[in-house]
Amino acid sequence: MKRSKRFLELEKRPISKDAFIKEWPEAGLVAMEGPDDPKPSIKIENGKIVELDGKKRADFDMLDSFIADHTLDLDIIENVMSQDSIELAKKIVSVDVSRDEIKKITLGMTPAKIVEVVGKMNVVEMMMAVQKMRARKTPSNQCHITNVKDHPALIAADAAEAALRGFDEMETTVGIVRYAPSNAIALLVGGQVGRRGVLTQCAVEEAMELEMGIRGFTAYAETVSVYGTEQVFVDGDDTPWSKSFLASAYASRGLKMRYTSGTGSEAEMGFADGKSMLYLESRCLYMTKGAGVQGIQNGSISCIGVPGAVPSGVRAILAENLIAMLLDLECASGNDQTFTHSRTRRTARMLMQFLPGTDFIFSGYSGVPNYDNMFAGSTHDVDDYDDYLTLQRDLKVDGGLLPVEEEDVIKVRNKAAKALQAVFKEVGMPEITEEEVEAVTYAHGSKDVPDRDVREDFRGIEDMLERGTTGVEIVKALAKHGFNDVADNVFNLLKQRIAGDYLHTSAIFDKDYNCISAVNDKNDYAGPGTGYRVSDELWEKIKNTRLARDPSEIGE
Amino acid sequence: MQLNEDTIRQIVVSVLEDMSEENNSSNAKKQSTSVAVSSGDFSIQEIGLAEEGKNNDEVVIAVGPAFGDKLSKTMIDEKHANILREIMAGIEEEGLKARVVKNYITADVGFMGHQAAQLSGSGIGIGLQSKGTILIHQKDLNPLANLELFPQAPLLTLKTYRQIGKNAARYAKGENPDPVPTQNDQMARPKYQAISAVLYNKEVKCLDKAKKVVELAVDFNK
Repeated sequence: MKRSKRFLELEKRPISKDAFIKEWPEAGLVAMEGPDDPKPSIKIENGKIVELDGKKRADFDMLDSFIADHTLDLDIIENVMSQDSIELAKKIVSVDVSRDEIKKITLGMTPAKIVEVVGKMNVVEMMMAVQKMRARKTPSNQCHITNVKDHPALIAADAAEAALRGFDEMETTVGIVRYAPSNAIALLVGGQVGRRGVLTQCAVEEAMELEMGIRGFTAYAETVSVYGTEQVFVDGDDTPWSKSFLASAYASRGLKMRYTSGTGSEAEMGFADGKSMLYLESRCLYMTKGAGVQGIQNGSISCIGVPGAVPSGVRAILAENLIAMLLDLECASGNDQTFTHSRTRRTARMLMQFLPGTDFIFSGYSGVPNYDNMFAGSTHDVDDYDDYLTLQRDLKVDGGLLPVEEEDVIKVRNKAAKALQAVFKEVGMPEITEEEVEAVTYAHGSKDVPDRDVREDFRGIEDMLERGTTGVEIVKALAKHGFNDVADNVFNLLKQRIAGDYLHTSAIFDKDYNCISAVNDKNDYAGPGTGYRVSDELWEKIKNTRLARDPSEIGE
Repeated sequence: MQLNEDTIRQIVVSVLEDMSEENNSSNAKKQSTSVAVSSGDFSIQEIGLAEEGKNNDEVVIAVGPAFGDKLSKTMIDEKHANILREIMAGIEEEGLKARVVKNYITADVGFMGHQAAQLSGSGIGIGLQSKGTILIHQKDLNPLANLELFPQAPLLTLKTYRQIGKNAARYAKGENPDPVPTQNDQMARPKYQAISAVLYNKEVKCLDKAKKVVELAVDFNK
């Protein structure tokens, strides 16, 4: 066939590199409304659920048992289940039915029922519902801070800049596993230089992650994964009960934590039992609720390429965020890992959470260049800052970020590197040199900073851990070297572990360490003029981006 | 590795069958999977339950249940025959022998590699999924650990597969080789994750717990 030049041009577009596949429901490669999804049902005998979504108790798998015994509200369930799904969907979308009223009925829906209900909505209705149902009134953002070299001073500098730019939570992970404690400390110190009260975490293997939390190197955790089928749970060497145990370990030390789940993981791991991605995710969310965990990171996350490839997949991702919110869970709503080559697609996908606002619109905006992002890249990175700030300005939306001055960024980056230099000196880690401080202050990414002596760093990390180093030694080191403000910030973060206020749903801290959560910053959206609004003060900041010119200075 | 007499007889019989079939029929490719499968440029034949190797000069490669059978190509359309040939060549270059088994119990690359290491006289095994994902495992390690893992299969070249074979052999000889260098491309996810899910689901469908782990005779068409 003689080729059309139009088609040849189309083939050159980045979107041609994305994978799209047709639905294959048998393997779970269907986003929502799967042909073999169970029909909602409930039967109660002698105060016990004997049938759930078409399955008799004798046939329950461990997820069904957990949800039936720990999540669902038996007092209301028969009543709610008898209501028409369209009527329930209308209530959820309506500005005239309060969030509190909806909260009272959601645990009266089974996992299959809630999937049926949100399935009645289009994405605009879902966004309306998200605007009303997210737990915290003020939206916020989480970022990723990592680099391919695991360079501690660069992590500290990047953390400081990201905190200054407005991220309330920051997450790091490792290139090489043994760097974890070093990365966690660098993120903690850098974060507290950038903005007092920022929360930091380090995502690694579960035991190590918990240990770093106990030591006070991190302030929260979210890499505790749950899955929607029994087989995938078993493959991960886990059960709903073992995950609940881990969750309570964090709570016992006053550490905030949330689970992670998301559409596509079961299909990716080959055992979706022929169910849609959203139905399986619904089971994860009911399990999370039953475990008493305050929140979830979902929105497909690391399996985004799977729902992203099938019809209605991006809609399913918004739907899973919404179900989490309906269950009154904190929701860090994805938008992290790369899922497309197309700039159009990634923006469209992000608007679903950006426009209504969520507890954390991104559960990982890349606060580093994507080549340094060790979570396999994010949908948006540091090079997109001006685009993102402009979207906030165009649409008068608080997406959680603030315009900053270059001079201020350079200042906090430098201070963070120097503060970490002091900490490293006191806890016996290999030196951070002046040359490194200078490089990370002005760097775009790790390509601009010298390599570390990896073996020496490992030796230092091992020694430091063996000596029983905790957050207290970090505070002392900062104070000793004159970083009294940073020392005070880190010390206050450690104190919060005893107060425990930030174990409440959707908790973050402001710059004065006031805890802002779903308890004292309750979402009261009820239509125009209510709920969260961009304040005049904030609007002045959002308006004045770096790129905006002052008319009085044009042509004069 | 020591072959018992039965196994040798089985091999001989099946090879002879193969030959006569090829002579008798012009359509030799249409063979039932239980006898021998010719896929692209190689044929593989199941020759009975895989047994624990006794000699320490071997590396066992465990392939997924659909390998060279229901599936013949990886995520990037590389032929299974080419990949297996390179891995085996890498092992042989180091002076060791390669044994190939097919695991019908699990399609998880970690558990497959771990199982291969248990069967390997040297204690070193390789797990290889039909989609191309591969790892090197050692007998004494936890199943979810490994010596070297190559999770980004679309970025592996035939040369890399050969190096992986070489490295596995060097571990088997008690050496401590530098890990095979790999590439990292964050755009591999949007390009291949869904394709990977399709292939893995096809692989999982071929699981057959009754068949356990079987020894394969591999014949590369010259």
